[in-house]
Amino acid sequence: MGSSFPPLLPPQASTVAVEVDALYALLVSITAFFTLLVVGLFLYFGLKYARKSESERPIQVHPPAWLEIAWSVVPLLICLVLFVWGVQLYFKIYTPPKDAITIHVVGKRWMWKVQHMSGAREINELHVPVGVPVRLLITSEDVIHAVSIPAFRIKRDAIPGTMTTTWFNATKVGEYHLFCAEYCGANHSKMGGTVYVMEKDAYQRWLAGPNAGQPPAVQGARLFEEMNCISCHRNGSNQRGPVLEGLYGKTVALKGGGTTTADDAYIRESITNPTAKIVDGFEPLMPVYLSQLSEEQVNALLAYVRDTLGKAERPKDAPAAGTTPLGSPTTSASPKASESKGR
Amino acid sequence: MSTPHHTAAHHEEENYLTHDSSIQSWLLTKDHKRIALLYFLSVTLFFTIGGLFASLVRIELLTPAGDFMSSEMYNQAFTSHGVMMIFFFLIPAVPAVLGNFLMPLMIGAKDLALPRINLASWYIFIIGASLAVFAVLTGGLDTGWTLYPPYSSAYSQSRVTIAVAGVFIAGFASILTGVNFIATVHRMRAPGLTWFRLPLFVWAHYATSLVMVLGTPVVAITLFLLGLERTLGFGFFDPAKGGDPVLFQHLFWFYSHPAVYIMILPAMGVISEIISTFSRQKLFGYSFVAMSSLAIAILGFLVWGHHMFTTSQSAYTGILFSALTFLVAIPSAIKAFNWTATLYKGSVSWETPMLFAFGFMGLFLIGGLTGLFLATMGMDIHLQDTYFVVAHFHYVMVGGGVMGYMGGIHFWWPKITGKMYSNFWSKLSALLIFAGFNFTFFPQFVLGFMGMPRRYHSYPEEWQILNVMSTAGASILAIGYVLPAIYLTYSLFRGQKAPANPWGATGLEWQTSSPPPPHNFHETPTVTTEAYDYQSLPLSATPEKGASHV
Repeated sequence: MGSSFPPLLPPQASTVAVEVDALYALLVSITAFFTLLVVGLFLYFGLKYARKSESERPIQVHPPAWLEIAWSVVPLLICLVLFVWGVQLYFKIYTPPKDAITIHVVGKRWMWKVQHMSGAREINELHVPVGVPVRLLITSEDVIHAVSIPAFRIKRDAIPGTMTTTWFNATKVGEYHLFCAEYCGANHSKMGGTVYVMEKDAYQRWLAGPNAGQPPAVQGARLFEEMNCISCHRNGSNQRGPVLEGLYGKTVALKGGGTTTADDAYIRESITNPTAKIVDGFEPLMPVYLSQLSEEQVNALLAYVRDTLGKAERPKDAPAAGTTPLGSPTTSASPKASESKGR
Repeated sequence: MSTPHHTAAHHEEENYLTHDSSIQSWLLTKDHKRIALLYFLSVTLFFTIGGLFASLVRIELLTPAGDFMSSEMYNQAFTSHGVMMIFFFLIPAVPAVLGNFLMPLMIGAKDLALPRINLASWYIFIIGASLAVFAVLTGGLDTGWTLYPPYSSAYSQSRVTIAVAGVFIAGFASILTGVNFIATVHRMRAPGLTWFRLPLFVWAHYATSLVMVLGTPVVAITLFLLGLERTLGFGFFDPAKGGDPVLFQHLFWFYSHPAVYIMILPAMGVISEIISTFSRQKLFGYSFVAMSSLAIAILGFLVWGHHMFTTSQSAYTGILFSALTFLVAIPSAIKAFNWTATLYKGSVSWETPMLFAFGFMGLFLIGGLTGLFLATMGMDIHLQDTYFVVAHFHYVMVGGGVMGYMGGIHFWWPKITGKMYSNFWSKLSALLIFAGFNFTFFPQFVLGFMGMPRRYHSYPEEWQILNVMSTAGASILAIGYVLPAIYLTYSLFRGQKAPANPWGATGLEWQTSSPPPPHNFHETPTVTTEAYDYQSLPLSATPEKGASHV
């Protein structure tokens, strides 16, 4: 057993943990104050005005209106403070900073499959450097799971067919619990293990150690070749899909109006469900690859589009995203369109 | 009970229990009071089954390792506990037992507006419950009561379809009860009983009925879709077929959050009656309390998304749900303050029902206030799906709902059965339940903040002490719940005969005999005053001292 007395606080090991705990302390104080106030008054009145004889008929009290207003408005104001602080903290926990490193996490009954961008892989463990913002891109292969790291005060559902995000900046070297928090069947409580927060150089050594593997961006480049993605996603007369170089993080105009940001969730969706959002100026010609690709392969393609193509120079003669590219098919009678069907 | 020697002096009047004792007269009864008793026996049985599953869960959690039963069995145990307690005890308990018995009596009516529909609702409930019990006892159900797909639709090997069919069917019983109450309040009020003279119990049940009628069809449709998905492979919730598993959560919580108010609003109605009666004060801020019930019922429909702050639900949607959730806290706060203020300059008597009301106040306050933690988005991320949530909703639904139900049973037991129960044992039971409950669930708040996820068969060693405390508390709680089964049953045979109005209460139900005659009132009462008019209560209506001692 860890300690003889029940601990009251989980380890405080991320930058947001401090703020979450401050908010928690405020909430505990509010709860204690109002519980003691109301229960105390209930007991006080109950004893002070205890019935003295069975024939007692007390004078009826008529409540003043200001009292009703007061005890409606004061809780409302308290709620307003909690609401604003809660929203602000929520955005902080779920909005990774720009300089965060990325780690892919895939849930599968009953394991967390983790891949670092260097290629290192691990299962039911998570090695991360201290003092570096780390972004988790989370999805699931089967049922809904949830990544939970109490020491960092973060949690996010892993939902099949969807990519979710959370991030943390670990502040203390050590070992912490990694859980699955969304019920997922027989071994739900065994799905998880340990988060290892390491010094930066130790983390680099770990990445190069026995868990090392091919970086997902490299694996993605190979898939990009094998699946012949380039035949459409290239600049020039045969172009049938948007140019991907320099795309990551840009704003994309969509067919039928509106825009979206080319973030990880958008790129993932465009691979697995390409007709969900069509870039303005293109036709929904891309086949659905969902059943042919594993979540790891989708992540590899995502890493390639994000980390390799995303940092590449956009071709000078490429049209701006969202404008009609040269030679793009506008009717199905176009020979290029029928060519693409044959593929 | 009058003995043969006294029958000449005190002629025993026929009452709803004695006027016909054949089995048929019970199974085909259209009397709301008898149907209430049929519901009472049924929900007591399902509470017992749910309670046994809870015991299995608490025994398993005594040790960190999953060693008492297999993880599959454990998953079935907590699922069965949840399904039984929520759908077959908490949702019907107060409305179908106390509401059924009291709504016509409180408004001076002979029966509910639709007596045959009332009987039909009990049979529908029993059919649904039988299917669910069959499912959990043969092959089990292991999805959690929340039934989230894709686990429930494509992965679970358990009897999901049958259990879901049971809940689907039982939902119609709930709809029929709601329709019946609404029709009754609109059409059957005694002369002079205007809306703002109604007891707050009636207001609370009216608000509850709105939720039952408007919300239950949505969960029925949702469960129907889940059944189709599981049996025929539709893809509503399957991303591989273009569906979305989070869509199920939206639909499920659209009903299941308001369902919490089906459990708590009628209990709040009970508490209003008890506190007013045992303080001899008109409920402080009567119209605020009445309107807050409606506000809770309406706002309760607009907060479902707060169950999904950690899913893929958009952050901006989440903000709206967070704001609305804080708003729904206000009417509950108004009620709590008004209940407390009712005691001010009152004439307070600490009989057993008042002890349960006090227990309700303490537990419901903690339950409601810990709801603020979960409405606060940034805080909810850490607490979602942990034991903090488990503790929170037990404080609300058991601390609030069941305490209210127990208070109501003790308050109206003399009216329902014509017998008084033991003062000593009933007060002991109220204290044991209050203490046992806190011992059981308070440590779970701490466990939740430590990060212990819910529905865990095994857990890290450092959390054992808190889990042992929780299980120890649950043993006390269990004794607290078993005691009433004994002394209430005993009272049926050996209890003192109850007078018409043992507590000196003002409601119309206390103006007729205990137990009431088959048609409730010999003459339709006429109402000339507001509710809770203790000034015009005749002094003779107060109980003979010591009448309640066995």
